Amino acid sequence: MLAFTIRRLLQAILVMLVVALISFTLFRFVGDPVNQMVGVETTPEQREALRERLGLNDPILVQFGRFIAKAAQFDFGTSYQFRQPVAELIGRRLPATLELSFVSAVFALLVGIPMGVYTGLHRDSWLSKLFLSISLIGISLPTFFIGILLIFVFAVTLQWLPSFGRGDVVQLGWWSTGLLTWSGIKALILPAITLGLFQMTLIMRLVRSEMLEVIRTDYIKFARARGLRQRSINFRHALKNTLVPVITITGLQLGSIIAFAIITETVFQWPGMGLLFLQSVQNVDIPIMAAYLMLIAFLFVTINLIVDLLYFRVDPRLRVERAAH
Amino acid sequence: MTNAPDESAIKLEAGSRSRWSRILDSDIMHSFLRSKVTILSAIVTLLFLFGAAFAPWIAPHNPFDLATISILDARLPPIGMEYSDPNYLLGTDDQGRDVFSGILYGARISIAVGFLSVFFAAIVGVLLGLIAGYVGGKVDAVIMRVAEVQLTFPAILIALLVDGVARATFGNLDRERFAFWILVFSIALSFWVQFARTVRGSTLVERNKEYVQAARLIGIPPFLIMIRHVLPNVIGPVLVIATINLGLAIITEATLSFLGVGIPPTQPSLGTLVRIGNDFLFSGEWWIAMFPGFALAVLVLAVNLLGDWLRDALNPKLR
Repeated sequence: MLAFTIRRLLQAILVMLVVALISFTLFRFVGDPVNQMVGVETTPEQREALRERLGLNDPILVQFGRFIAKAAQFDFGTSYQFRQPVAELIGRRLPATLELSFVSAVFALLVGIPMGVYTGLHRDSWLSKLFLSISLIGISLPTFFIGILLIFVFAVTLQWLPSFGRGDVVQLGWWSTGLLTWSGIKALILPAITLGLFQMTLIMRLVRSEMLEVIRTDYIKFARARGLRQRSINFRHALKNTLVPVITITGLQLGSIIAFAIITETVFQWPGMGLLFLQSVQNVDIPIMAAYLMLIAFLFVTINLIVDLLYFRVDPRLRVERAAH
Repeated sequence: MTNAPDESAIKLEAGSRSRWSRILDSDIMHSFLRSKVTILSAIVTLLFLFGAAFAPWIAPHNPFDLATISILDARLPPIGMEYSDPNYLLGTDDQGRDVFSGILYGARISIAVGFLSVFFAAIVGVLLGLIAGYVGGKVDAVIMRVAEVQLTFPAILIALLVDGVARATFGNLDRERFAFWILVFSIALSFWVQFARTVRGSTLVERNKEYVQAARLIGIPPFLIMIRHVLPNVIGPVLVIATINLGLAIITEATLSFLGVGIPPTQPSLGTLVRIGNDFLFSGEWWIAMFPGFALAVLVLAVNLLGDWLRDALNPKLR
């Protein structure tokens, strides 16, 4: 276990170093950082002084080392377009994205699991076929188009829900939340559904196929023979065993939810990190791009690491395979 | 022993029959004809391909010819609604361009980006997979590590980064000129991993078979063995992955164009059309965004259904 943990940890660190190298290359060599920071009327001498002060004349390896040391403290310099520290900008946008991602993950689980259980138990009912067709369409519709459809129906035509922004937010220390006001919750509904729909179909299909498999096993037949109530068999015995893969997949998907938030945040003009990142791509704001890349990489690597370690704890077969490797 | 003559007779017969009748009688053709959904999605896909390929001849208007579009025809609703013009089947956009023609021309670009990026991803992925599987050792370790790192990031993020870098290096004007190829490159770059992993897996199996050993023994250079002997035996699953990835590539292209980092509005793809139409959603001109969006969804759905069917049809376990 210890050897495995250490190896995975080293791998994770290696991945982070590679991503840091990419971020650093972006920051240092794509466009000239000095040109981005100064105005037109800056003299060459002033530019050279700034270059020296920023340490851009040092050996590349020294610069890379400094970049990593700063990144570890989440210091990515100043944004070119906002003239503010990148860490502050991202920190201010972080709560919006995390709230949106969390709510859509909960939505995906709360709707996806019951739909999966139902379609697994009643394979041939018309409702199951409807659910499955919807899930197929849900996978084929691009996220941005789902968002536009929802806006068109619920915001433009019916005028029930707002189509952009976060509504009123309440400040809890540095964290701003929209979950405590009515308008904040209303503003959250459409983006959360848009973002969670793909994950919901994924979870539904997963639970369905797991249920189909579990229901054929002997212990379910035995439970039935014991005369237990159908509901208790379905939910206590069968569903419980389908949940392990569901939890791991949801964990792994958490990263892509945060990444796909870029699209949802653009459609709904949601003031989160994704929108900030997209604007930074459009305006070639390299420090924000580099910082976002590092942050997402860190999230992904951490989640993958945790899931791997959990797998290793839960599934003894993996240990044997590793040993044989 | 008694079976031997029969078998050779069957082989002879199969060899003498024309290729066409062999295709018609194959397992795949049978499973194709059995599924109505598959036939329908094949027809839809072919219609899209046809419409896209011959857009300049089919489209009632040329949306890029400034001489023929008139601002007086702007924002006309589709046929069947009040104030509609029978010349414009699905209405017009804010500059008086025909939405239907726009979709045909847009599908042309969407499909072209999809095909080209999957094509390049397949070439890069297959080559790297072959090399990783056949050569093994450190080369294999490096290629697969890179693949693993890349697999942890969603395609859309990689494509966005590539686009940001392209913007910084080319400047905005040049970027618009190369937008098509930048997009193809960025999508291909994020899709090669799956090809590489699959091909590597089957190459590892093929490498130890006798025919490869024989080829090595008579002194054929490794590269030729990979291309001439191993490649034909590992190429099967690549077709399936390519079909499934085609739908994904089209969606990725549309998403990037919708986000405003893909194809510029001067030569709009389906995603760009939705982006343009999105601005008019609130003023009631829903058709500018909705029709291109639905066209995109139908195209991707049809391609996905074809991919699913192909995967099942070629999988011997499911027969």
